[in-house]
Amino acid sequence: MTYTQADKNRLRWRSRRGLLELDIVFEMFLEHDFEGLTDAELDVYQDLLMLPDIDLLELVDGKTDTTDARLAPILARLRHWQVVKQQ
Amino acid sequence: MANVAKRQFDAVIVGAGGAGMRAALQLSEAGLKTAVLSKVFPTRSHTVAAQGGISASLGNVQEDKWEWHMYDTVKGSDWLGDQDAIEFMCKTAPEAVIELEHFGMPFDRVESGRIYQRPFGGHTANFGEKPVQRACAAADRTGHALLHTLYQRNVRANTQFFVEWMALDLIRDADGDVVGVTALEMETGEVYVLHAKAVLFATGGAGRIYAASTNAFINTGDGLGMCARAGIPLEDMEFWQFHPTGVAGAGVLITEGVRGEGGILLNANGERFMERYAPTLKDLAPRDFVSRCMALEVLEGRGAGKNKDHVLLKLDHLGPEVINHRLPSIREIAIKFAGVDPIKEPIPVIPTTHYQMGGIPTNYLGEVMVPKDGNPEVRVNGFYAAGECACASVHGANRLGTNSLLDLVVFGKSAGDSMIEFIKNERPTHKPLPENAADFSLARIARLENQTGGEEVNVVREAMQKTIQLRAGVFRNSENMALGVKEIAEVAERAKRTQIKDKSKVWNTARIEALELDNLIEVAVATMIAADARKESRGAHSHDDFEKRDDENWMKHSLFFNQERRLDYKPVHTKPLTVDYIPPKERTF
Ligand SMILES: Cc1cc2nc3c(=O)[nH]c(=O)nc-3n(C[C@H](O)[C@H](O)[C@H](O)COP(=O)(O)OP(=O)(O)OC[C@H]3O[C@@H](n4cnc5c(N)ncnc54)[C@H](O)[C@@H]3O)c2cc1C
Repeated sequence: MTYTQADKNRLRWRSRRGLLELDIVFEMFLEHDFEGLTDAELDVYQDLLMLPDIDLLELVDGKTDTTDARLAPILARLRHWQVVKQQ
Repeated sequence: MANVAKRQFDAVIVGAGGAGMRAALQLSEAGLKTAVLSKVFPTRSHTVAAQGGISASLGNVQEDKWEWHMYDTVKGSDWLGDQDAIEFMCKTAPEAVIELEHFGMPFDRVESGRIYQRPFGGHTANFGEKPVQRACAAADRTGHALLHTLYQRNVRANTQFFVEWMALDLIRDADGDVVGVTALEMETGEVYVLHAKAVLFATGGAGRIYAASTNAFINTGDGLGMCARAGIPLEDMEFWQFHPTGVAGAGVLITEGVRGEGGILLNANGERFMERYAPTLKDLAPRDFVSRCMALEVLEGRGAGKNKDHVLLKLDHLGPEVINHRLPSIREIAIKFAGVDPIKEPIPVIPTTHYQMGGIPTNYLGEVMVPKDGNPEVRVNGFYAAGECACASVHGANRLGTNSLLDLVVFGKSAGDSMIEFIKNERPTHKPLPENAADFSLARIARLENQTGGEEVNVVREAMQKTIQLRAGVFRNSENMALGVKEIAEVAERAKRTQIKDKSKVWNTARIEALELDNLIEVAVATMIAADARKESRGAHSHDDFEKRDDENWMKHSLFFNQERRLDYKPVHTKPLTVDYIPPKERTF
């Protein structure tokens, strides 16, 4: 789909999660990466946000992986922010 | 003013965490038309973060009794908890947990098939004699499992969820009765009036008033802010629990279950210092006590790390088996947020704001109670609260770990039952809405839209967080808190002039965050003023200039009225429902 500013804002709101661990990572992602995403990437991001917090955290932690190749670039960015945050 | 759309329900519940959904289930199953509002999808409520477990004296692993649980809770509360409410909660706990099991919650089990129970700080056998295994858990996903279980049941019971709706203000009529709320639908940007026979707040905590917190960003104390603006006082707001083991820097929580499974705290010298402070319970002493001991170690120069500003949580001696099997996500957290693998190295930890003991004043039936005409506790008709936003008060000056999830389901259910009774017997039809019921909320939004020359929301929020962190932290003294009162009043003035650039209507996250700050700031002011006024040390309120608990003058709940910035007090309930009063003792561990 094509994302209007309102659609993007919706995704921003849905990046608010129930776990602080995810909030910390998404905050960095929203600040640095989000505005640069293409519509196709936003589709993927939207799908990611549908996951339950616990599963999403495991993915971001790298504790689980996904066979869905589309997710890889965005996951890589999220994982990047998690590692940056720890320093 | 503008015409605002109205919708009618028997019951409106604000909040879809454990407390809100447990109450909703009760109401929907009784056939009442029940709406549940949530800022986020229900299973993303902050309850999802609870890992450690839920307490109940099931006695599945070791002998246990609800009377022992009650004793621990009273003692943990440092005798500020209401003993009728505590008895009610501890006595009801086993049936509440078994009910969850019947709802399909996947608890860990022992070989016989019964629910496994682990030890947890502050929970003891035989009135403080030795630690007892009382915490029921679903691996380290207890909160997640609880939310999913309750959400499924609610869907089945036809609860109507309003997801991504933010309640803005409480609607009270001329008699002071609660008849509904105003709410913002994020997707349209429209404000609605939700007209109800009874309203329940289950909006969770306000941990984000602090800079260092284990709470997710969503914990902005909206229910408390709405009460403050509607003239309902906030109870015991000086009491905030600092969790001993937040990862230094990030704030992310390491559950107490880690110490339950055998993890220990060390200072820079490698000393297990809790043996010195709490010879019996050691690392499993209650949270306020452990937090203070940790802060003392750091203050006295025995902190670890290059800034000597934290202590160490060691678990490598448990072996990879236990760590991987019983505490998998803890290992993940340590690796990601502290850069250490706990199988090999200890985790750097500091006391971090975790839980709000105070909140909206209620009794054990979930009814909101306020002082009126000299009577300290008069029911507000049509208004209920449960969960972390409420103060029943079972946690008093300090909550025991795993007692919060219990609080959610016990008081969520009892509030639901009270609402059913109220609707049936006292409010079979809707009480009329006051005229222009939405004006107040609309005016707040209009102020924000039209503000010029104001400050950005995140600048003011950071100023608030910095003040509260510095002035109302683990260690408190008169001078520091007096400064805090002055400073937070200044920040509150700035909060009245916040400004947003984005004026769009739908999904305007800037507007939502500004409205959240309005709530946070009420909680911050209440916290600072109530803390400054309490001239004793009790539970989580540790006052350097008044080091002892003072039962004669201070065994009482504070009530803060935000509009007049006025404090009032009311007695602690000293009459349990059936058993004898547990008289105050010095708390030693
Ligand atoms: C990291 C962590 C671990 C914990 N572990 C444990 C544990 O092991 N055991 C234990 O007993 N306790 C634990 N606790 C405490 C416990 O999890 C919380 O106290 C409890 O989950 C709060 O539940 P609640 O239902 O009151 O609120 P929440 O789960 O916070 O839900 C609040 C709800 O209100 C909604 N809401 C808020 N404001 C508005 C508004 N304006 N409009 C509409 N909706 C609104 C939210 O969307 C949400 O649905 C832990 C806490 C943390 C932070």
